[in-house]
Amino acid sequence: MFKPLGDSALLVQLGDEINPIINHRVHALNALLQNTNGILETVPAYCTLLIHYDLNFTYQQIKIIVEQRMNQVKDSFQKTARRHEVPVRYGEGQNDLEIIASKLKLSIQEIIKIHSEKEYRIYMMGFMPGFPYMGILDSRLEMPRLQTPRTSVRAGSVAIAGSQTGIYPLDSPGGWHLLGWTTLKLFDPTSETPFLFSPGDTVKFIPEA
Amino acid sequence: MLKVIDASGFISFQDSGRKGFQSFGVPVSGAMDWFAYQSANHLVGNSQNSPVLEIGLGEITFQAKQDCVLAVTGVGYEVQNYIWTFPLWTSFYVRAGWHVQIKKTSGGNWAYLAIAGGFDVPQVLGSSSTYIRGGLGNAFQVGDILQSGKPSTELTKLAARDFPVQKFMQYSQTPIIEVILGPQRERFDNSFFENEYTLSKSFDRMGYRLEGKAIESSDKTELISEGMMMGSIQITNQGQPIVMMADSPTTGGYPKIANVIKADLPLLAQCESGTSTIRFREVSVEEAQEKYSDILNRGFLS
Repeated sequence: MFKPLGDSALLVQLGDEINPIINHRVHALNALLQNTNGILETVPAYCTLLIHYDLNFTYQQIKIIVEQRMNQVKDSFQKTARRHEVPVRYGEGQNDLEIIASKLKLSIQEIIKIHSEKEYRIYMMGFMPGFPYMGILDSRLEMPRLQTPRTSVRAGSVAIAGSQTGIYPLDSPGGWHLLGWTTLKLFDPTSETPFLFSPGDTVKFIPEA
Repeated sequence: MLKVIDASGFISFQDSGRKGFQSFGVPVSGAMDWFAYQSANHLVGNSQNSPVLEIGLGEITFQAKQDCVLAVTGVGYEVQNYIWTFPLWTSFYVRAGWHVQIKKTSGGNWAYLAIAGGFDVPQVLGSSSTYIRGGLGNAFQVGDILQSGKPSTELTKLAARDFPVQKFMQYSQTPIIEVILGPQRERFDNSFFENEYTLSKSFDRMGYRLEGKAIESSDKTELISEGMMMGSIQITNQGQPIVMMADSPTTGGYPKIANVIKADLPLLAQCESGTSTIRFREVSVEEAQEKYSDILNRGFLS
């Protein structure tokens, strides 16, 4: 469950599947480790937490600290996570709704309904600054990645891949199927609060006319 | 103050990196060769985190707009004005009006230009490092005027200093790079530690794709994305290693066979595409930390 990653990080593995209970434990442990002496920063993912530590501490010392905190995880249901509503213009601009509809044998209305019905959890952030990996997508909407990624996806694009949904915070290349876009700014490096979302938050998409 | 007359290659401002935002997906960035970066600042009397100009596989010519003291460190470059060649790993006095050229030779990839007083570069998310893919930091262009701050002491005291690089870092094109076994090591046989690799043509600040015999995997289950960092060695589905470098994404989905130790990252960063021969050797976390703190404690930077 504990493994070193290089000479300055410790990887904690809390499970081996994408599910909300395991991911909750990742974020609960992450919250317990903030502002801990010796821990520089952390990277929560689906079922792992990567802990970058100060080299004035040994791997064993950090491991002991993390083990102690792990015993507190099950009791800690304090909710620091926030809930976000994200307005989406489905089908506007660059999108793959028609391709998805024909592949999945659904109408465009059904795709929008299924995608916007559920509240999603931000399991982790990665790939680029501010990109939320959210799930779990209804299995009726599961699509593989594009065979050939687009060289340019517009910032704000709402997308799906496998059992995940996400939003591109920046213009970038991208291999996910696009449903529409949001005018919300997910990442603004010049702002006091550069990131709209934090890992562990929940997101509900609201279709906009 | 320097005016950029001509430039090619990957040139960007870098410092010791953008820390504290990895959980939001922001790469650390920073210098590809931390040792050369810190040495450059040290030579000109700057603070450790001062931004420098990183030159990758390219050249730059600039004109000094006032008297200044510069240092260039790294591997595979030479520094000239019209008359002299300035050795790397030294600080030197440059008079207003001089043109100075940093030229690519062979035997390395990255050079670092520091100016006494430090380049005056705005910070984004606590760092002056440029991360081009994420639009963070400052785009660099020919014609730019590079402003600098006030030197820590008189220029004449900062010039003509040199640095015994060989005492601390044995740069080589045939290195044995030390690694710590990675979280998915058990998926692979031993061939990674027996093979010889070279850097492929496909490399940049994000990652170094290595060329060599493919590594067999006994477990091809797709990995659920997890955190990774500079030095993480991912094995692709084709069995080729990719070493993540300074602009590494914070998470990745390929299994990690090993992780290059901090002390040896500069050696790998400076390995040339095609001509280098790279081998890997396992060490423990304790040995790796000792090697790193030994470099820092042996008087490097004092």
